[in-house]
Amino acid sequence: MNMNFLDFEQPVAELEAKIDELRHVGVSDEVNIGEEIARLQKKSVKLTESIFSSLTPWQISQLARHPQRPYTLEYINRIFTDFQPLHGDRMFADDPAIVGGMARLNGRPVMVIGHQKGRDTKEKVYRNFGMPKPEGYRKAIRLMQMAERFSLPVLTFIDTPGAYPGVDAEKRGQSEAIARNLFIMSDLQVPIISTVIGEGGSGGALAIGVCDTLMMLQYATYSVISPEGCASILWKSADHASDAAEAMGLTAERLSELKLVDRIIPEPLGGAHRDVEATAENLRTALISGLDELEGMSMTELQEKRQQRLRSYGTDNFEE
Amino acid sequence: MSWFEKLLPPKVKTSGSFGKKEIPEGLWKKCPSCNAVLYRAELERNLDVCPKCNHHLRIGARRRLDILLDKEPRDEIGDALKATDPLKFKDSKKYRDRLSEAQKKTEENDALVVLQGAIKGNPVVAAAFEFSFMGGSMGTVVGERFVRGAELCMEQNLPFVCISASGGARMQEALFSLMQMAKTSAILRKMSRRGIPFISVLTDPTMGGVSASFAMLGDIIIAEPKALIGFAGPRVIEQTVRETLPEGFQRSEFLLESGAIDMIVDRRDMRDALANLLAMFAGRKAPAA
Repeated sequence: MNMNFLDFEQPVAELEAKIDELRHVGVSDEVNIGEEIARLQKKSVKLTESIFSSLTPWQISQLARHPQRPYTLEYINRIFTDFQPLHGDRMFADDPAIVGGMARLNGRPVMVIGHQKGRDTKEKVYRNFGMPKPEGYRKAIRLMQMAERFSLPVLTFIDTPGAYPGVDAEKRGQSEAIARNLFIMSDLQVPIISTVIGEGGSGGALAIGVCDTLMMLQYATYSVISPEGCASILWKSADHASDAAEAMGLTAERLSELKLVDRIIPEPLGGAHRDVEATAENLRTALISGLDELEGMSMTELQEKRQQRLRSYGTDNFEE
Repeated sequence: MSWFEKLLPPKVKTSGSFGKKEIPEGLWKKCPSCNAVLYRAELERNLDVCPKCNHHLRIGARRRLDILLDKEPRDEIGDALKATDPLKFKDSKKYRDRLSEAQKKTEENDALVVLQGAIKGNPVVAAAFEFSFMGGSMGTVVGERFVRGAELCMEQNLPFVCISASGGARMQEALFSLMQMAKTSAILRKMSRRGIPFISVLTDPTMGGVSASFAMLGDIIIAEPKALIGFAGPRVIEQTVRETLPEGFQRSEFLLESGAIDMIVDRRDMRDALANLLAMFAGRKAPAA
């Protein structure tokens, strides 16, 4: 497999290159090359384990936007059956940066909605790098309100650098579109589970992230501004991105300590891209059990809990 | 040195009373838009609107509320709240230090002031942003005060007015700040379901997380002339699209044309405009002009 290694994974990359080399010469050479390969592979796993046991928030930010990291549709295709994509905001356009539709989770009909990034250059441009415009958010809320009418739980997947900062987006009311979603999601009469699968970039992420249960993949991030953006404003230099990542505490682990995130979904060694199937399976299990939990509650209880959740954000951060 | 000063004993000399006559600090102010030099007292009488070019200068939260509200009654809501910084956030400076600097400079505890009062006899809860407190940024205290204001409105069946002036969410409270967007929007949903009106007044500037939450959720949205209002800042947009932005982009007039706001109201007419709307919402007779 052609792995794309990040800077901090270089020692592993070197080992893996050596293993590849050995494989090529191995065919015509002596038998103990097989043993050597096995030995090196073990070493590579050990090394990866040791690197991944103490990742910094900045390294995790890089993993969250790793070029091979699985995107929403890759999970949807593995986790759900009968996925029927639905398009358009009925007012202006369809936004390819947000995908959504009806599907079945373990047989049960649900509404799935998520940010979608592109893999190659052409698709990246098509998906606008996962940065939605107002029509994307308006499509999302249209699907959610339809889910509400037909009692379908809503499952959202967050993976965006942020809402698109462009002239056309501003012209069509980017702020209003985001605000409207927060407003409507706050008392949508169906269970909502949101999972940050990659980058949770600010208001553009939250606009599909008001929920009853917030889950994060182990190496996903969620923050009020990107580390680079924060660094260039507060430190006056984007070179301090790693300090900013540290200060903002944008990792799943930290946010779970702060009680902002309910559940962390483990990723395979080396990150989600190393084993998409295994990650999808972990996500599937978490979604099923999360949904079971929410569906065990009455609608009144669910709504009360959501109100409490929203009302109590940050109430430990001040004194009177 | 004049011959007269040379004759004076040194002590008297240093008093400076014979030095160059200085213009008393703050007697004059330059209009940031047309550069006209304005007599401060006159500018203040004109509610900080430039008499030459009509530019609306930025004003503080207390001044704003003082202009809008009747003298009595005025009860402040959540004024004792103070951010405690459990994240111990530190960038090039500690958040705590930034807070105490801002508190000293503005004599406010945080960037939002909420008062219960009346506008020309129409009972109301009114909130206003203090932009000079860390750019009017929304952290947990701002969110909490906003929510308490809205809760009081629900308890006493009062309309809610909020005058925004903010750069957006406060980075130093990280994800907690982001969640204030959800928190404030949720309380407005509740208010809206109970039929309580929310009037949002946008002033220069209203950006980012404030614009993308309660500020754009008004039953009625009013803007002051030429205020900068938008989600992303103009610099960020220019960097993204790599082109210079059209004249007047993200200004109130542009938003009115795009259908994002209901009206543009001159600061000097704001009190009357709000009183008129509040009276209609409450089914009361028109207030006296």
